[in-house]
Amino acid sequence: MRARRALSISLVLAFILALGAACQQAEGPGQAGPSPTPAAPAFQPPQDEIGVVEIKPGEPIVLAGALVIAGPDAALGTDSMRGIEIAIDDLGGELLGHKIELIKEDTGCNPEGGQAAATKLAANPKLVAIVGTSCSSEARVMAPVINDAGMVMVSPSNTAPDLTDPTKHVEAYLRTAHNDKVQGKVAAEFAFNFLKVKKAATIHDGSLYAEQLANVFAEEFKKLGGEVVAQEAVGPDDTDMRPVLTRIATQQPEIIYYPIFTKAGGFVTRQSKEIRGLENVKLMGADGLFSPDFVEAAGDAAVGMYLSSPDVTAFGSGYQDFVAKYEKKYGEKPISIFHAHAYDATMMIAEAIEKVAVEGPDGTLYIPRKALRQALYETANFQGLTGNLTCDENGDCADPKIAVYEIVSADTSGWPDQVVKKVYP
Amino acid sequence: MASAARRLAVLTGGRRIDLTMVIAWTIGALVLVLVLVGSYQTLVAGRYTAGQWFDFIVFGLAQGGIYALIALGYTMVYGVLRMINFAHGEVFMSGAFSAFFLADALARRGFLESRPIISLLALLAFAALVSMTIAVILERIAYRPLRGAPRLVPLITAVGASFFLQYTFRGLFGSGVRVYPTVPLLEGTILGIQIKLIVVFLGALATLGILWAFLTFTRTGLAIRAVAEDMEAAALMGVDVNRAISSTFAVGGAMAGVAGVLYALVFAQVQFFMGFLPGIKAFTSAVLGGIGNLPGAALGGLVLGLVESVGPSLFLDGLGIPAAHQLKDAIAFTILVLILIFRPTGILGERLGSRV
Amino acid sequence: MRRALVFGLIGGFAAWHLSLVGLIEAFAGRRLIGQGVTFSYVLLLALMLTVGYLVGRRISNWTGLLGAALAGLLVGLALWVLALLVATVDLRTVFVAASPALPDILTFNRGTGAVGLAVLLLVGAAVGFLGGGLTWLPATGRRAVLTALAIAVLVGLLRDVLSPIFPAPVMGFLFTPTGGLSLPGTATVLALALAVPIARQVLANRASSHRGSLSVRALQRRRVAARVIGVVFLASFPLWAGLFLSNVSDFVGLYILMGLGLNLVLGFAGLLDLGYVAFFAIGAYSMAVLTSPELGHFTLGFWEALPIAVAMTVVSGILIGLPVLRMRGDYLAITTLGFGEIVRLLVLSDWLKPHLGGAQGVTRIARPELGPFVIDRPQEYYYLILIGCGLAWFLSVRLRDSRIGRAWMAIREDEDVAQAMGINRVTAKLLAFATGAAMGGLSGALFASLVNSVIPQSFSLLVSINVVALLVLGGIGSLPGVVVGALALVGLPELLREFQEYRLLVYGVVLVAMMIFRPAGLWPEETRVRELEEAAEEGKTRAPAEVAAVTQDGA
Repeated sequence: MRARRALSISLVLAFILALGAACQQAEGPGQAGPSPTPAAPAFQPPQDEIGVVEIKPGEPIVLAGALVIAGPDAALGTDSMRGIEIAIDDLGGELLGHKIELIKEDTGCNPEGGQAAATKLAANPKLVAIVGTSCSSEARVMAPVINDAGMVMVSPSNTAPDLTDPTKHVEAYLRTAHNDKVQGKVAAEFAFNFLKVKKAATIHDGSLYAEQLANVFAEEFKKLGGEVVAQEAVGPDDTDMRPVLTRIATQQPEIIYYPIFTKAGGFVTRQSKEIRGLENVKLMGADGLFSPDFVEAAGDAAVGMYLSSPDVTAFGSGYQDFVAKYEKKYGEKPISIFHAHAYDATMMIAEAIEKVAVEGPDGTLYIPRKALRQALYETANFQGLTGNLTCDENGDCADPKIAVYEIVSADTSGWPDQVVKKVYP
Repeated sequence: MASAARRLAVLTGGRRIDLTMVIAWTIGALVLVLVLVGSYQTLVAGRYTAGQWFDFIVFGLAQGGIYALIALGYTMVYGVLRMINFAHGEVFMSGAFSAFFLADALARRGFLESRPIISLLALLAFAALVSMTIAVILERIAYRPLRGAPRLVPLITAVGASFFLQYTFRGLFGSGVRVYPTVPLLEGTILGIQIKLIVVFLGALATLGILWAFLTFTRTGLAIRAVAEDMEAAALMGVDVNRAISSTFAVGGAMAGVAGVLYALVFAQVQFFMGFLPGIKAFTSAVLGGIGNLPGAALGGLVLGLVESVGPSLFLDGLGIPAAHQLKDAIAFTILVLILIFRPTGILGERLGSRV
Repeated sequence: MRRALVFGLIGGFAAWHLSLVGLIEAFAGRRLIGQGVTFSYVLLLALMLTVGYLVGRRISNWTGLLGAALAGLLVGLALWVLALLVATVDLRTVFVAASPALPDILTFNRGTGAVGLAVLLLVGAAVGFLGGGLTWLPATGRRAVLTALAIAVLVGLLRDVLSPIFPAPVMGFLFTPTGGLSLPGTATVLALALAVPIARQVLANRASSHRGSLSVRALQRRRVAARVIGVVFLASFPLWAGLFLSNVSDFVGLYILMGLGLNLVLGFAGLLDLGYVAFFAIGAYSMAVLTSPELGHFTLGFWEALPIAVAMTVVSGILIGLPVLRMRGDYLAITTLGFGEIVRLLVLSDWLKPHLGGAQGVTRIARPELGPFVIDRPQEYYYLILIGCGLAWFLSVRLRDSRIGRAWMAIREDEDVAQAMGINRVTAKLLAFATGAAMGGLSGALFASLVNSVIPQSFSLLVSINVVALLVLGGIGSLPGVVVGALALVGLPELLREFQEYRLLVYGVVLVAMMIFRPAGLWPEETRVRELEEAAEEGKTRAPAEVAAVTQDGA
C-alpha cells in the first residue's frame, strides 16, 4: 500500500519536473538570454549612475499612478488617475513601439498610505516613472523612498510649499500643481487691490491644502494693509455651515475666502445666502472649487463668486477636447480638479522618455534613470492643458500665471466659457 | 467622614456611593465649571445679538431633526436586537441617493414645480422603499444568521456591510457629488425661518408620532414590542420573531429613507460617503437620549444638533479658543460624556420593551 | 429545480452587481493566466462555478447536476441581458460603470447577438455543470482542487509581490512579460498546489501509524524544531522579503501591537473600546512633539522620547478610564468612540496648532540610533517592531495567567458578581485601560518614527474599527488570533493593493462572510468556543418554539 503511494508521488514529481524542463526548452530559444546579443557588438547600452531600465521587445513601459483612489478622499485621486489614463489613450496606448502599462496604487491621503505605495513601487525594477501623489502629506514620505530607488515622480496635485523648498526638496520630486504661495498671494492682491475690500474672513477644512492656502491669504492680506477679522475652520464632511457663517457674520467681513473642496464649498456658498449680515459679502474660493461640479453644487448662490485658478485662457481648446473625452470614457464630468495636471504630468514624462530612451539593435529599449530626471528638469515651454510648463531647479513646473475668475452663470452646460469670466489680472 | 457619606447617601436617594461615582462626578463637575465659565464670558462679551442666538437655535434644531430621524431607526433596532446597526447610516444614504434620480427626472419634466406636493410624497415614498428593502435584505443576510453569536460579531458584520454599501453605491453611481434640484415650494421664509428647516423639524415630529401609533396600535407593533421585551418569551407566546425583527428593520429603514430625502432637500448634495457621519451622530443621539427609548432618541438628536450649533460659540468663544467651530464634534462628545456621567443610561433612561 | 432557479437568479444579480460597480471592466486588462484569462473572466467563471456548486450540494443526484447547469446558464443569460441593455440603452447618466466597452467584455468579445448569447449560455451551463460535479468528488479531493485553483489565482495576482523574492529566471518562467502566469507556470503552480496537500496527507498517515512508537522526547524535539524554524523565519524575514513586504509586515506588526493592547481591554476585561485610536494618536504625537525640531519645544532623541511617550499614553489611559468606569456596553462604546474623535479633533485644531502642528502635521521625527547606526529603513524598523510585539505578547500572557487577568475575566463575564466576589473593579478596569493604552502608545510612537511624520488624517475612526475587527476576526481574547486577524485584515489588503478602489468593497464582503462562516474567529480562544457551542445548543432548543410560532401565525 505504502509502496504504491510512494510510487504515485514520485510519478507526480517526475511529471512536474519533466513539464518544467519541457517548458524551459520551449521558452528557451524564443527569449533573448541574459547575455547581450552577439549579433551587435558595436552597440553599447547607455550607462547611468542610478540605473537603466531595460525594456525588451514586447515588454511594456511601466508607469505608475500613486494617488488616493479609495477612502473618503477618493474623488481627488480618481480624477487625476483618469487624467493619466486619458493621456495614455492620447498617446495611442504606446510609446516608442512599446505598450504603456499603468500601475495604480492607492495612497490613502496619509503618510502611511504614501509609505506603503512608495515601498511597493520602489521594489518594482521595471517601473520608469510615477505620477503622484495626490496629497502633500503622502509626498513627504514617498519622495525620499522613490529618490533612493532611482525613480522619478511628478505630482499633479501637491501644493504645499515645503515640497519644493530648496532646503527640503528631493531630487526625484517634481510637480505640475502650483505652489500655494503663488495662488494665495494673487488672491490676496485681487481682494485688496481690485475689489478694494479691507476686512476679510477665511475658512479652511482642516486639509493641508486649504489650511495652507487660507493662511497664506491671511498673511498676504495683512501685509497689504487689510484686516483679517475671522479665521474659521470646518470639517470636510460637515453639512451644516450656518452656525459657523453666523459666527463670521458677527465680524462683518467684506469678503470670505474659503479655498476648500466641492462638497463643503457647495454647502458654504449656498448657506451663506441664508445668513443675516452676509447678504452682500463677497465670496471667493480657489482652484479646489474651479469645476462645473462645484457650480452645480452651489447652484444660483455661486453667481458673482470669485475663484482663483491657473490662467485657463491657456487651457484653450485642448481642455475642451479633454473634458469631452473624460465624459465619454467615464460617464461623468470631471469629479475633482487635478485631472488636467495629471494629464500634463503624464505627457511631460512621455516626452522626457522619448528624449532619453535609446533603442538597441535587438529592439530593446534602454531608459537611463538619471538622464530621465534631467530631461524632466529641462522641460521648458511645454504646451500643456494647464498652461506653459517650465520646470525650475526645485521641481516646480506649473505655469505660475494665476488668474481670478468670476462665476457669471449657474448653468454648467456652457462650462467654462459661459460660466466663468476672467476678471483679474 | 461617616456623616459626610450619609449626607451623600441622602443626596443620591439612598444608593450606595462607591469610589467610581465620586471620581466620575468630580470630572463631570470640572467640565461643567469650564462650560459655565466659557458661556458666562461669551455672554458678557456680547459678540452675538439675540437674533443671532435665535438663528443658532433654529439651525441646531433643524440639524437635530435629521439626527433624530436617523436615530429612531437606530434605537428601534437596538431595542429589539440589542445590537448596534453600524450600517444604518448607509441605509440612510441609499435612500437619499436613489431618490436623487427620481427627483432629477421629476425636475426635468417640471413636475417638481407644477405638482410639488405629489412629487415630494413620491420622493419620500421611493426613498423609504429603497431604504426599507436594503435594510430588510441586510438583516436577512448579515444579521439573522448571527442571532445567537456574541454581541461583537454582528457589530463587525455591520461594519462590513457598511463598507459594502458605501462602495457599491460609489461603483454604481460614481464618487462625485450629485445635486438635488430645488423645490420652489420650499424656498422662502416664514417669520424669518426658512421653510425647509420647518419642514424638516415637523417631518421629524410627524414621523415620531406615526411610529408611536404604529407600535402602539398595530398587531405588528405589538409583536415588535413583545420581541423587544423578551425574545424567547415572545416566541413561546406565538409571536413570529423573525417577522417581527424584519418589520423592525423595515420600519427603521423606511424612516432612514425619509430622513435621507429631508436631508437632501435641506443640504442639496448627496454623495456615497454622506451616511457615515450622520450615522455616527445618530448613534450618539440614541445613546444620549437613552438607547432603546424612542422619545429619547428624538430628544437626543435635537440636543446633539443644538449643542453642535450653539456650543462652539457659547462655550468656547469666552475661553478665547480660535476657530471654535472646528471643535464642534469634540464639544458634542464632551457633552455626551458629561450627561452620561450624571445619567449613565441617557437623558430619558432606557425603557426597553414597553416603548421599544 | 426551484432551488436552481433561485440560485441562478441570485448569481445573475451578483453578476450584474460586479459589472455595474465597475469591477469587471476595471480588471478586464488584468491577465492572470496566459494571454486570454483575465481576472474579470475568473470572477465571472467563479461566480458560475459557485452557483452550480451550491445547487449541486443541495440536490445530490443527476437532477442536481442538471439544476447546477441551469443555474449557471441563468447567470450567463443575466450577463447577456446586461450586455444587451448596456449596448442599446445609455445607462451612464445613472450607472457610471455602464461603459460602451462593457458589453464586449461580458460576451467574451462575441457581440450581443445570437452568437454572444449562445456562447454565454454554453459557458454558463458548462461551468455550472462542473460546479455541480464538484460535489461528486470526495471531500478531500474537492478541497485540494479548489485550493489549487485558488492558489493559482492568488499567485497570478501577487506577481508584483513575488518578484523581489524569487530570482528573475524563476519569475520569467512562471509569468509572461505582460502580466499573467504563463501556461507552464500555471501548470507548475497547480501541480505544486495539488502535490503539497497530498504529500502532507501521506506523511500524516505514516506518522499516525507510527504514533504509538513516537516517544515523548521525540514529540518535544519536534516542537522545539518547529519553534526554531519559526524564530529563524521571523528573524530572517526582512533579509529576503525585500522593501515592500518588510513595510507591509511593519504595519501588520503595528496593528498586532494595537490588537494585543486592545485585547487586554476588550478581549480580557470585556470593555468595548471603540476609540482605541486615541492611544495610538497620543503615542505618535508624543513622539512627534518630543523629537521634532519643527515645533521647537523639545528635541529629544528617539530612545529618550519613547518611554515618555508610553508614559503619556498610560496617563491618558487612566484619564479616559476614569469617567467611563461606571458605563457599560454600548454607553462605553460610544463614549470611547467620542474620546477617539476628540483626540483627533484636538490635534487637528487651529487652537493647538502651535503645539501640535494642526492640519500640517509634524515632520522630521527622530529615527532610533544605535551607536553610529541609524534605523531608517522599513527592514530595520521590522526588528524594533518585532521586539515590541514580543514584549507585548509576553506581558499579555503573564497578565492573563495572573490574579489581575482572572479578575478581568470575572468582570467580563459578570461585573456585578465580580464585584460581589471582592474584586476591586476600579483598579482592575483602570489597569486594563492603562496597560492597553501603553501598547497602543508604543505602537503609535513607533509608527510616528517609521513614517517620519504625523498628520491628523492618520488617526481616524477607521483605525479603531479596524483594530476591533481584527480582534473579532481572529477570535476575541485569543493571542494568536490577534496575529491571524492582523495578517488577514492589514496584511492581505496591502498585498492585494491592486484592487485599489474596490479594496474596501472586498473588505466589507470578507468581513461579513467571515463572521457568518466563522463567528468564533479564525483562531478562537478555547472558552469562547465552548460558549458558542452552548449558545448553539440553546438555539436548537429554542427552535421548536419558533416552529410553534409560525404555525400559530398561520392559523
